[in-house]
Order: sequence, then structure tokens, then C-alpha cells
Amino acid sequence: MKAEDRLEERNPIEDLLRMDRIPHIWCPGCGIGTVVTSFAEALKKTDLDLDKVAVVSGIGCTGRVAGYIKLDSFHTTHGRAVAFATGLKLANPELKVVVFSGDGDLAGIGGNHLIHAARRNMDLVVICVNNFNYAMTGGQVAATTPLEANASTAPYGNFEFPFNLPFLMEAAGATYVARWTALHLRRVTMSIMEALQRKGFSFIEVITPCVTLYARRNRLGDGLNLLRYYYDNSEIQHGADTRQLDISFQGKIIVGKFVDKDKPTFLDAMNQHFTRVLGDDYQLYGRINHDRD
Amino acid sequence: MTEIRFSGFGGQGIIRCGLITGKALALYDNKHATMNQSFGPEARGSACSSQLVVSDDRVLYPYITQPEILVAMSQEAYDKYEPELREDGILIIDKDLVKPRPPRGKIKLFAIPATRFAEELGNRIIANLVMLGFFTAVTKIVTPDSMKKALPGLVPDRFLELNLKAFDRGYEYGLQVLAEKEKGQTKGKASAKKSKAKK
Amino acid sequence: MKKVKADPKGVLTGVHYLDGDYAIAEGALAAGCRFFAGYPITPSTETAERFAARIPKVGGVFIQMEDELGSIAALIGAAWGGKKAMTVTSGPGFSLMQENIGLACMMETPLVIANVQRGGPSTGLPTLAGQQDIMQARWGSHGDYEVIALAPDSPQECFDLTIEAFNLAETYRVPTFIMTDECVGHMHEKVVIPPAEEIEVVERKWYTGPKDKYLPYKLDKDGIPFMVKAGDGYRFHTTGLTHDERGYPVINAECQDWCVRHLCDKIRKNADKIIILEEDETDTAEVIVLSYGITSRVATRAVQKARDEGIKVGTLRLITVWPFAEKRIRELAPKVAAFVVPEINYGQIVFEVERCAAGQAKVIHVPHCGGWVHNPEDIYKAIKEAVK
Ligand code: SF4
Repeated sequence: MKAEDRLEERNPIEDLLRMDRIPHIWCPGCGIGTVVTSFAEALKKTDLDLDKVAVVSGIGCTGRVAGYIKLDSFHTTHGRAVAFATGLKLANPELKVVVFSGDGDLAGIGGNHLIHAARRNMDLVVICVNNFNYAMTGGQVAATTPLEANASTAPYGNFEFPFNLPFLMEAAGATYVARWTALHLRRVTMSIMEALQRKGFSFIEVITPCVTLYARRNRLGDGLNLLRYYYDNSEIQHGADTRQLDISFQGKIIVGKFVDKDKPTFLDAMNQHFTRVLGDDYQLYGRINHDRD
Repeated sequence: MTEIRFSGFGGQGIIRCGLITGKALALYDNKHATMNQSFGPEARGSACSSQLVVSDDRVLYPYITQPEILVAMSQEAYDKYEPELREDGILIIDKDLVKPRPPRGKIKLFAIPATRFAEELGNRIIANLVMLGFFTAVTKIVTPDSMKKALPGLVPDRFLELNLKAFDRGYEYGLQVLAEKEKGQTKGKASAKKSKAKK
Repeated sequence: MKKVKADPKGVLTGVHYLDGDYAIAEGALAAGCRFFAGYPITPSTETAERFAARIPKVGGVFIQMEDELGSIAALIGAAWGGKKAMTVTSGPGFSLMQENIGLACMMETPLVIANVQRGGPSTGLPTLAGQQDIMQARWGSHGDYEVIALAPDSPQECFDLTIEAFNLAETYRVPTFIMTDECVGHMHEKVVIPPAEEIEVVERKWYTGPKDKYLPYKLDKDGIPFMVKAGDGYRFHTTGLTHDERGYPVINAECQDWCVRHLCDKIRKNADKIIILEEDETDTAEVIVLSYGITSRVATRAVQKARDEGIKVGTLRLITVWPFAEKRIRELAPKVAAFVVPEINYGQIVFEVERCAAGQAKVIHVPHCGGWVHNPEDIYKAIKEAVK
């Protein structure tokens, strides 16, 4: 990217999108596109070599993100984006790997990979668009659906306790955890920037409106109504105790940056450990890339 | 082609016996040797066994059906595997651990207090190496040099010396027993001296 | 296809006494595999253990994933990150990998999976042999696709065929399986590892043209698209969805026809080049014992006994199980009275033999439901029945 591009007015993120695939498939008023914009802006504001940034998505409405971002981008299988990204990152450590997917993909079917990548402090940025339901398949109940909220497979309202994702991630070992809503786009951009510029497992949850399904089924109005709900009910509390971050139906949403700490990444820990125990026998990994010289 | 079974109970290093002998034969004695540990249907109870098929040509059928040589380091293993031994086979036992029935057919019996010798050397864990030394001497199927060469990598480095010692102890005892057998029971003392002289 | 000499760092040149599982790990390292993701499962775990012990001294990554779903996903990621990657598993783990085996096929990702087969279904016989995943290897994932599967019969072949598996995976950009079994996996024999300069490995089919001209799925003259790795500036896209040359999803029947036909044809049309068979006295045979993996060694007893009685028995060993040796079976079928097919399952490859024999020769199955190898006597009886 050239510096002068940053000044361009028309669509500042156009060069980061696969314009030959636009229009995208998302519904009018859907919040996913706004998170993509924040992501693209964050990319532009960092000094990262964008040739070295890869995006991995799973399946779902948010899973389509990889298809629109003009970087090395992988649209994988349902739930496996984090595991795929783990292999990608470890095979080519010079990459910055971003997993961009939805709550169902990451915390439902892919929950096991999510917690283990956090445990290992795998050097990944995970952007989790949480719209409280399985949207791609028509609005089914998810691991994040608030109690009492209606979903197509919870037609009498949800009685299953949902995940509090920041708490889950902190407990599993994530070294950066933040939550925002689609209303806080500048904050989202800032969090993504921070995450891109640090090492370790970063998890950013973005509460995002699904107007077509979640909002309609729960009679919450359109996108604007949801943004108003976020405006009225979200509260920034940096460093909040993640145990307190449950979200009830149309209840308060605590947002902010909750965790930001240093810990060796998987690769750093591996290199340190093997250097210590194997000495000169160890072939240091990841500093040089042998593959295509 | 020769079929061999090592048997005993778990923890005696029975699989190691098969590995060491197989490696010695295949790598240093120019034979083909296929070693299988018993995951097969016979791997029940506490008896543990490893089997070795040895041949000048490539081993095609990789399992033993009627071994010529049975090494038994426990009563249970003896009870379980003795019936499959060939009528003209060789039976090798730890004489403190196995009480054999009167031998069948032309089966040759060789007995050694392998575990006791190992204890005398300081650790019963090396009873399998005492047994291997003895086995090498009485069967002559593998050369002692190859057996010793096979040890590094299959026994912990820091115990290599001790394992070699154990092997030698069993090997010498084997030579002694052989000599005694050849010369008859009465001349036993003389051959014992002879083998000692070899030291 | 570009062949190069193996990187000496991964080659443990010498004569070793190894079991099949270890030999697979050594074969992978010799082939240039520098990424291994796996999950422990009997009777395949020794391969992972060997890899974990060796890779830090060779240069590469071993990661024990949280499950087999993760292992296979990580492999695909690692392949796109530029590494040669493999995993090892057994029946239940292989089942868990099936969905992403489809993704690997769809994305045309070279990778290798060794399946040390045990008795199934379900948890079945964790420590005992089976050959019951042979059809699963071919059809386990949903949709139409083709893979390559090899069946070693000894630790030496585990080493040799693992190198071959990597070479095939890279040549055809397809997941390649080593379908071994507990018997071979746990059997120790002499394994000769040649010097690195005597081992030929196939390099990935790297794209080197202008960046803006790169199309991830544009077929080259040989029908195989060029590959790039993430981080090289191509900013490419790939997906598990039906896609066009650009790697972009196109959800219609025309694109499906182009995309899926290609996935199958790249293997089908090269079957002659891919397939390795071992034949003995098939030209004069009245009856051919067709087998693979450990069963071919077990069958030798029966074959010898029948030959001693003057029965003309040929043997055909499928070293390559998939793609199936269809052409050869069709050639042989009119010339023989029967095929005898022993396998440690209740009927899998035998159906392929029946299909290809097409009524021209009898096909006699010698089933074994797993847990041990055949009694050679059962195979002998089938040979006798064949010439009755
Ligand atoms: S269904 Fe919901 S999440 Fe999916 S695109 Fe439409 S609004 Fe967005």
C-alpha cells in the first residue's frame, strides 16, 4: 500500500477488499460489514506488511469475511478456522494470522480449538462477531443466545445459559481480551490495531446486530433500534472482572479491554524451551524461512 | 527359518529381548529378523511375550506358529507357551521362577537363575540381559558380538556397562552349562573351571 | 513436477531396526515433512512420538492438537503456509478427519495422513489389527473426490511409501493416505535409510509468474494448478465452496461440474502413473490371490502350500489401493478362473475386484473381521475352492 492511498476519499478501504466480489451477501443493516470496515481501517493504520497478513474464516455469515478481504484469505470449514490458522501460523511464523468468524463458528462448534489456542497463547488475532444466533442457517439458538431470547430452535425462548466469552477466553489463557459493540467502531478499530501489533492470543468480541433474524424474531426493530439499544445499555469498563460480563436479554453490555498481558507465545515458548533443554542440538524455528529461497 | 518366543511377565524387559536379538540378527549378523510384540490374541493375562522370526531370506509370513526356541521367565508364561514348542525345540527358563514339567519329546532344557544373577550384579531389572547372554550361548543362533553391538539405543546409556556385564554373566554361565552337558554331569567341575579361565 | 534431492537434515541415513510406525516418521522427515499435528491414538501414537523426538533437531514443528478435527485443519493451514505436513491416526481419528479431508481435496492441498488401522467400528479393537478403513479412505468425506492411498507391508515399505506418499501428494495436490495396520505398525524389521542424495523428493508446484496474473485454480498443461503460500504477496483466496479459477465461490451446477470433474479427473486420468502393483506369476495363474498390507504376507503361506500341490497361483499385491488397479484387474479377469481376496474386513476391496472382474472370473472373498491376521489355512481353502 502506498502512503498517498491513505488520503483517498472515495472508499478508503477499497484496496483491501475484493471489489470483484462486491456486492457482498450480507443483509442491509447487518453489522458484519461495519466490523470488516473497522478491521480494514486498523490494517491501514498499522505498519504491517499486508502481504504478510492472512485471514481465516470458518462458516456462517461472518465466515464469509475471508472471501471479501483482499489478503491471503481462507474460507475453511465450520468450527475449524482457529485450528487451520494454528497450522498456517506455525508453518510460516512471519505471518500475522487473523481469524475472523462468528460466535457459533468459534465458540459453538469450534469451541475446543478456541480454548486450546488461547491456552497455548498461539499468536493469533481472533475477531469474533457475536450476533447471538446462528444466522446463516436461519436464526437458531447459539451458545451465546441470551436467556429468554427467541430463536428458531428455541421457539419458546432460550433456557440454556450462554457463554460469557471474555470470561471463557481469559480463563483459557488469552493474553488480550476486549469486547465492543458495532456502535463502538473506532474502539473496535483500536482494539484490532492493538491486537495486530502485539504477540500472543488476542480475542476481540464485537456484539453485532443481526437484523434479519435475531432482531426480527425478537421484535427488536431494525439496525438502528439495535444500535440505540447498544448506546443505551453498553458501559465501558476497562479492566472489568470478566466474571461479571454476562449479557442478559436486552440487558446491560459491559464493554472495554479486559485483559492485556505478556506471556510467551507458543513459538517463543517452544524455542526457549528447546534451546534450554537441547542446546546446540536444537534447530531454532521460525526466525528464517527456508522454504522458498 | 527359526521361530523364537521370549516370554515372561510385564516389566521383565521381554519386548526388549526380542528387540535386541532382532536388531543383532538383522543389522550385524546379516539375517532377516522380524520382531512382533504380542498385541495379538495371545496378549491376555499378565504374561508378556515377543516373537522373532529369523531367516536367511526375506521373512514373508511374519508370525511364529511353532517356535523352535522358547524363553520363559515366569511360570505363567511357561504354562501358556510351552505346549506350542516343537518336540525338538529348545526351552530356556529362569530356574528360580519356572518349575518345568518333565520335558516332552526331544526338547532340550536349559535353566539359569537369571533373576538371582541380576540381583547379585545389583539390579534385578537386568535379568533379561542375563537371560539374553545365556540364550546367546546355548542357542548359538546369534553371535555375542552382535548382541552387544545391538545394545546401545535399546538400553539406557547410563546402564550400558551394567547391561553388558549382565549379558556376559549369562553368556559365560551358558558356555559352562553347555560344556557340562557335553561332558556329562560328572565332569561338570572341570568345565566350570575352563569357562572361568576364559574370563 | 520438480524432483530434488532430499534435505540431508531430515534423513537418518543408516541401517535401523524400526517398527512401521517409527519408519513412517522417518520417511516423512526424509521426504521433507516439517510440520506434524496429531492427536494420540493407538496403535499409531509411536509415529507422533518419534516425530516429537526428532523434529526439534531437524527444524520444524510438532504440535499435539486438541483433537483430530484440529490436527487435520492445522495440516491444511500448514500446507498453505508452505510446509509439507502430515498426521497419523487410526480408525476413530480418521473418522473425525473426514470432513476436512474433503476441504483438503477441495482446496487441492497436498498433505499426508497415515492411518494405522485397528479393528472397528467405533472404539472396536484399539490394540489389534484391521483393514476396515479401506473404503472410508476412498469415500469417507462427503461429495465426489479422489484420493491416493498406499498400503505398506513392512517397516521398510512404511519408510519408502511415506516418501512416495509425499511425492504423490505434491505432484497431484491431493491428500495421500498411508493405509497401514497395527501389525505392520508394530512390527520391527530392518529399515535401510539411504543417503539423502539417493532420495528423490517432489517439490511443491510453486507458481513463479507475475503476481497479478496468479489464479489459484487455473489448470496448468498437466491439469494441476500452481500453488503459492500465504505471505508471498499474491493475496489469493481459497474456499471449501465450489469455486472457479480465481478460487472465488460460484454456486451453480456449471462451476460444480468444472470444479468436481477436475478433482476426480486429475487422479483418474493419471491412474496408470500413480498405481504401483507387485505381481508374481500372474501371467500363468489359474487363480490370483489379491491382497494388500499385512494380509499379503500372511497369504504367502497359503500360496506356497497351493503351489506345492501344483496349483498355479499368482499373487497381486495392491501397493496402491486407491486409485484402484481397475485396468489390470480387467486385463487379468478373462485369463484366470478366480481371484481370491483375503482382507481383514468383512468385504471392502473385494467389491472393487468383483466390479472389475465383471463376471469374467470368480471372486472369492476371505473375510476376517479384525483382531488378528488370517489363518493361512483359510486362504488356502479359498484357493482350493477356486480351482475346484
Ligand atoms: S442473517 Fe443476520 S448476520 Fe447474517 S447477514 Fe443477515 S443480518 Fe447479517
